[in-house]
Amino acid sequence: MSLLQSTQFRPDPSANATRRALLRAWPELQNPAAWLVALILVIMPLIANGFFLIEIFATTLILGVIALSLMFLAGYGGMVSLMQLTIAGFAGYMVAVFGMSGNANISLGWPWWLATPMALALATLFGTLGGALAVRTEGIYTIMITLAIGAAFYYFTNQNWAIFNGHTGINTVATPHFWGVDWRSDIAFYYVTLGVAAICYFAVQYVSRAPFGLALQGVRDNPRRMAALGFNPNAHRIAAYAFAAFIAALGGVLQVWNYRQISPGSVSVGACIDVLIIAVVGGITRPIGPFIGALIFVLLRTFALDVLIKLGLDGNRFRLLIGLGFLAIVFWSSDGVIGLWERWRRRSASSTQRSGGGRHG
Amino acid sequence: MTRLFGALAALTDVTITVRPGERRAVLGSNGAGKTTLFNCITGDFPPSSGTIRFFGEDITQFPPYERIRRGLRRTYQISALFPGLTVQDNVYLACRGVSRGRFSFLRPGQNDALMHATETLVQAVHLAGVKDQRVAELAHGQQRQLEIALALAGAPRFILFDEPAAGLSPTERRELIEILTSLPAHMGYIIIEHDMDVALRVVESVTMMHNGRIFKEGLPREIESDPEVQELYLGGGHE
Ligand SMILES: Nc1ncnc2c1ncn2[C@@H]1O[C@H](COP(=O)(O)OP(=O)(O)OP(=O)(O)O)[C@@H](O)[C@H]1O
Ligand SMILES: [Mg+2]
Repeated sequence: MSLLQSTQFRPDPSANATRRALLRAWPELQNPAAWLVALILVIMPLIANGFFLIEIFATTLILGVIALSLMFLAGYGGMVSLMQLTIAGFAGYMVAVFGMSGNANISLGWPWWLATPMALALATLFGTLGGALAVRTEGIYTIMITLAIGAAFYYFTNQNWAIFNGHTGINTVATPHFWGVDWRSDIAFYYVTLGVAAICYFAVQYVSRAPFGLALQGVRDNPRRMAALGFNPNAHRIAAYAFAAFIAALGGVLQVWNYRQISPGSVSVGACIDVLIIAVVGGITRPIGPFIGALIFVLLRTFALDVLIKLGLDGNRFRLLIGLGFLAIVFWSSDGVIGLWERWRRRSASSTQRSGGGRHG
Repeated sequence: MTRLFGALAALTDVTITVRPGERRAVLGSNGAGKTTLFNCITGDFPPSSGTIRFFGEDITQFPPYERIRRGLRRTYQISALFPGLTVQDNVYLACRGVSRGRFSFLRPGQNDALMHATETLVQAVHLAGVKDQRVAELAHGQQRQLEIALALAGAPRFILFDEPAAGLSPTERRELIEILTSLPAHMGYIIIEHDMDVALRVVESVTMMHNGRIFKEGLPREIESDPEVQELYLGGGHE
């Protein structure tokens, strides 16, 4: 092995190198804006009332988590899956079925700490099986097969009364109470969603630079070459579906706790497509994108109605507004709002450089 | 073995046997079937009929990654890299692909053995200066170097080089020859190369292909001086 020993590599053991590696791994650490956002999110309950805390921010974080699972698949794996909301909804249904609810004939009455892991496990399994089907296809066919899974699940919940209680769904789903805290009270629930969203965000960020995430990006860029390097591309794709399914399932559990009910409307095809819109509008190249997209979506959904009515228009047209926004974003930036933001920053940076450093070329 | 593309026979009854550690050149005009031969050996396309043995083991039915894990490596005629990732990440993936932990969720630490192997390999192909650049930003010659680095990861037992010198400058060619000649003696390889100067300097035997068949086999100087080969090679319309 003369070639492989021809040069010696000595890692720099100083604290400085550790610091540099840390900064490279977590670029947010040196971004003051990121610290500011984190601070605001933590002290939010001091600023915002219950309505904003739950209807705007908790809802944004939950939708963001579900869209994050799509961002992981699409951004790092090149696989556009429309069934992420279906997986989340499946997890929500399982929480309601195994746990406690107003529909005592359906719910098994397990305590939340048993029902929740069960729901997460089953939903992850569901997503993995769906992924195993979807990886046999590519591009547009992946979208079609995952959409088909989503549509099939929607119709199934509508027609199945034994488990899913048909079109009425399952109501007054119990939420966790322990340590003397009602975890569905506004402030406690906000912190639960914030905690879960932060863990998911950092997990995706971390995994993207771990061997599994790097290999996934390799499979996205060139599956044939990955096979010629010793990787099994389809196994990596299925594992990515499993990881993304777990994240989506976490979002689904939070969602059913948020609304305390779940019905076929929660897993409709329209809702599946909303998740795609959220991810694309926010941007699918980085994990922050889905959360930005979710915030825009939730703000529009909540306030566009009032604004439209004030302008003398039909309030129900808020979807039209979202659709137009979607069109505009896709038209102006293939990388959503983050892409626009970065281009704007680069342009303003280069223009200050130009005005400061004289003119040439 | 034979490989058909529809009605086109890209390979017809080709039999090629290479000893462990042997270094061989495959020559032939455009469309002779050289790359197709590689694709059959690595499993990128399976042969339509025939068998492939690797160190005595029948690997005909194996998927490509199983062949690679057994010590086979290849480079591509048209660079097949990961343009969105950095040079370092490209090489790291190559090292990871032939070792355990392909699915690891843990980032490699500072003292990870594969990080050392990556660093060494990046230096061996003279890319240390650009290791943090995205591959899409590299010059053509650098991409060719990286292509070779990916095939040297781990402990290769046999390597297939598909026109590694294509588009390289004279200096880069010299560096390539240096890398090839400094490979450990037990690493055999087949090199497809149009440039006779490069090809005949780094091999001990030559196979000449034409229209999907083996046309001639022999020592480099026999092939070089063979009138039939010369006529074919020049008459084949190449260079
Ligand atoms: N994927 C494919 N589909 C159809 N035909 C193919 C395919 N790959 C190669 N061929 C055909 O098979 C024949 C042999 O091609 P091959 O690429 O093996 O030639 P080569 O000897 O590598 O030539 P070159 O020197 O141009 O690289 C050619 O006629 C080519 O058009
Ligand atoms: Mg070729």
